[in-house]
Amino acid sequence: MLHRYLPMTEEDKREMLKTIGVASIDDLFADIPEQVRFRGEMKVKPAKSEPELWKELVALAEKNANLKQYVSFLGAGVYDHYIPAVVDHVLSRSEFYTAYTPYQPEISQGELQAIFEFQTMVCELTGMDVANSSMYDGGTALAEAMLLSVAHTKRKKVLISSAVHPQYREVVRTYAKGQQLEVKEIPYDGGVTDLAALEAEMGDDVACVVVQYPNFFGQIEPLKAIEPLVHEKKSLFVVASNPLALGILTAPGAFGADIVVGDMQPFGIPTQFGGPHCGYFAVKTPLMRKIPGRLVGQTTDEDGRRGFVLTLQAREQHIRRDKATSNICSNQALNALAASVALSALGKRGVKEMAAMNMQKAHYAKSALEQRGFASPFAGPFFNEFVIRLGRPVDEVNGRLLEKGIIGGYDLGRDYPELAGHMLVAVTELRTKEEIDRFVNELGDGHA
Amino acid sequence: MRNDQPLIFERSKPGRIAYSLPALDVPAVDVSELVPADYLRTEEPELPEVSELDLMRHYTALSKRNHGVDSGFYPLGSCTMKYNPKINENVARLAGFAHIHPLQPEETVQGALELMYDLQEHLKEITGMDAVTLQPAAGAHGEWTGLMMIRAYHEANGDFGRTKVIVPDSAHGTNPASATVAGFETVTVRSTVDGLVDLDDLKRVVGPDTAALMLTNPNTLGLFEEHIVEMAEIVHEAGGKLYYDGANLNAILGKARPGDMGFDVVHLNLHKTFTGPHGGGGPGSGPVGVKADLIPFLPKPVIEKGENGYYLDYDRPQSIGRVKPFYGNFGINVRAYTYIRSMGPDGLKAVSEYAVLNANYMMRRLAEYYDLPYDRHCKHEFVLSGRRQKKLGVRTLDIAKRLLDFGFHPPTIYFPLIVEECMMIEPTETESKETLDAFIEAMIQIAKEAEENPEIVQEAPHTTVVKRLDETTAARKPILRYQKET
Ligand SMILES: Cc1ncc(COP(=O)(O)O)c(C=O)c1O
Repeated sequence: MLHRYLPMTEEDKREMLKTIGVASIDDLFADIPEQVRFRGEMKVKPAKSEPELWKELVALAEKNANLKQYVSFLGAGVYDHYIPAVVDHVLSRSEFYTAYTPYQPEISQGELQAIFEFQTMVCELTGMDVANSSMYDGGTALAEAMLLSVAHTKRKKVLISSAVHPQYREVVRTYAKGQQLEVKEIPYDGGVTDLAALEAEMGDDVACVVVQYPNFFGQIEPLKAIEPLVHEKKSLFVVASNPLALGILTAPGAFGADIVVGDMQPFGIPTQFGGPHCGYFAVKTPLMRKIPGRLVGQTTDEDGRRGFVLTLQAREQHIRRDKATSNICSNQALNALAASVALSALGKRGVKEMAAMNMQKAHYAKSALEQRGFASPFAGPFFNEFVIRLGRPVDEVNGRLLEKGIIGGYDLGRDYPELAGHMLVAVTELRTKEEIDRFVNELGDGHA
Repeated sequence: MRNDQPLIFERSKPGRIAYSLPALDVPAVDVSELVPADYLRTEEPELPEVSELDLMRHYTALSKRNHGVDSGFYPLGSCTMKYNPKINENVARLAGFAHIHPLQPEETVQGALELMYDLQEHLKEITGMDAVTLQPAAGAHGEWTGLMMIRAYHEANGDFGRTKVIVPDSAHGTNPASATVAGFETVTVRSTVDGLVDLDDLKRVVGPDTAALMLTNPNTLGLFEEHIVEMAEIVHEAGGKLYYDGANLNAILGKARPGDMGFDVVHLNLHKTFTGPHGGGGPGSGPVGVKADLIPFLPKPVIEKGENGYYLDYDRPQSIGRVKPFYGNFGINVRAYTYIRSMGPDGLKAVSEYAVLNANYMMRRLAEYYDLPYDRHCKHEFVLSGRRQKKLGVRTLDIAKRLLDFGFHPPTIYFPLIVEECMMIEPTETESKETLDAFIEAMIQIAKEAEENPEIVQEAPHTTVVKRLDETTAARKPILRYQKET
């Protein structure tokens, strides 16, 4: 068969079969019992040539409304941000994207060093001591933070703020089911975790308390007030954080967080329908040997040259098997690289500037909406997302916005029945004043 | 300490930037007015300050210190390091795939849902299963997802006593680890001297407490579990489920289907068999296929095709819940779909035929120089033992390091655990005979060196940018991040 991915010629095949000592390739499959041998033709669509397939898939992609054509105010954990052009050029280096986990450090120094740099950047942003090389996404990273807390404290109850991303909470609940953990949600009050309710639930049986910062509503959780409640009972303080917000906000590590997780998607990773993104996972030193996933460490070679290796592997599944701290093997390395490149491009100044711009634009949008009579149920400080009351079904409003080329915000009624008719609006640095004004105008009058 | 390659932080110089943001076009407000003082960051994160060219030189230099499939042969067993087609990359970067938001109205993402639905249909057919979810992010995540469905299935039958998952001693580490995360206890079943699961031992360990048996077929030794039908019977009769670790599916495309072998749950590694690039360690994608009786337990949402197009069904009362935010690693699924559509049914079958041909050819040619613990036809990969060389003072690790000098990525080593000084070689179908021959010649030369000049092997590698690294100190005194010298 002639195919551009299959190099063997008929002549090669003949010679190889001769070396093996069989008459046909089929003989090599003789150990598959007749009973389970697949004899038919798989109902797989016939192969298409490269140009034909390209044409078909371009047409399929064009059936989707993309964020580069539409003006989007949708966030809810996934954001349309500036991706410096360099990011994709680095990712397209096939030395990176066609390699696997750097098991052979001598020929994987590039990847190992890139991960070491990534770990450093995560620590810098979060104010934590140790970060791993990535997790699948923010949601599973949060679930793993729960499992680590449970293993560390040997307690089986977990408190999670209802202002944490609803899908993250769902993932947490699925993971909890396996190990029969009790997950208790703490209600929100005024858009942030209800401290009185949290205090009432705290006890010596609580493995960890989970909050999001900024939370799902965009509000800045009062970490300073939460921390003593958590540590008083020797529970672990787990914070899920949008890393871009940490360009402006005090790092969770500075507030005494024990584990900080989140998703690096805001840095150099396209929305791509929700994945692949890139979870991050950071801890304070006492939890270092319990962190899930791969870790890269610095060392030296025989000649005293600096080099990097996968390290503390005694935590991992390939060594510890059923006693491992996690089952994760493949992670999101290439997206961690994307985040590192974006963070290097933005640098110290750019991260701060971009974060500030998000904040300023979101505040401008909220004020403009308030001037039009839209009320917000929450008055606290927020980052780049806020909640407004439309007083109308959100999907209806979004339907009309779509006709004007605008993708509206998230319908909070989907997850919070009490917030039906409320929209979660995200405004990133990519939204211009003109676009925000247009969005506000299209929403019309809030007094109606 | 010598630093041949600076860190990006060491290239940093205040006053340089590599970004370009638009000017603020809304009224400027000082963020200190928007954030309460305690929450306003005062200590800046130490991020690099470099120019765009500095940045490109840095990462280009790093890339040159890395070996990928495009750099050279990469016969890393169990990982299926095949060629990553370039059209896949282009398709995944189309704005209509790369820049769509997971929470957009369904009517605006019909193309994405259609692709996912059709990929599921294809994976169902390829594996012989009744339904597929694309939500899991990688193989291990798929394992845990599948086990959670098996747990839910048993519990729905009022069967709460199935606390154990059986895995062969040759199983990949993620199998037992996933069982633990899913709340099961792991029981190990032995392999026979022939490298197959010991049926008598299986009968011994199976019982009313068996939730499932996890199996890779062909197994991690590259051998087809010939007694799969009996094994399925044994497990099913005891009321357990059969779980298929699809890491090795590259051996049997169009030749045999897990669904037909009696497996109830299957995960696939789209980053292996279906060319999602490995990305330096990920992202992958680990779809899970199930038989009809497990469909109610699939993670939600499930993609359905209705009269008005595709939609996401959240109304799944028996679902195990969500295993991942949104719908899986869509970008990797796009690549896998593109690959399947580039191959067609005959192409996929040819993939396995050549993968198996290549492995057997290499195995035969190397059998003379290294111990072959299981002397029979292999599937897409095979294991050798370096015990003969070990007697000469040359360890498998040394052989692996010596291969670096020849420009090859070494095989997987010291796995499976049941083979002494193991080397697990998986050539894949995308390699030419010339490449296979060059690798074989290198292996033969190393075998000779082990006899005649062992130091050259023991001291390898000689040509890489660093020599062997001190892993002991790395673990004893971990340095896991850069710290600016003050
Ligand atoms: C046999 C086997 N099972 C499971 C896995 C885990 O897959 P992943 O790395 O995608 O989580 C691997 C990957 O190396 C494997 O080789």
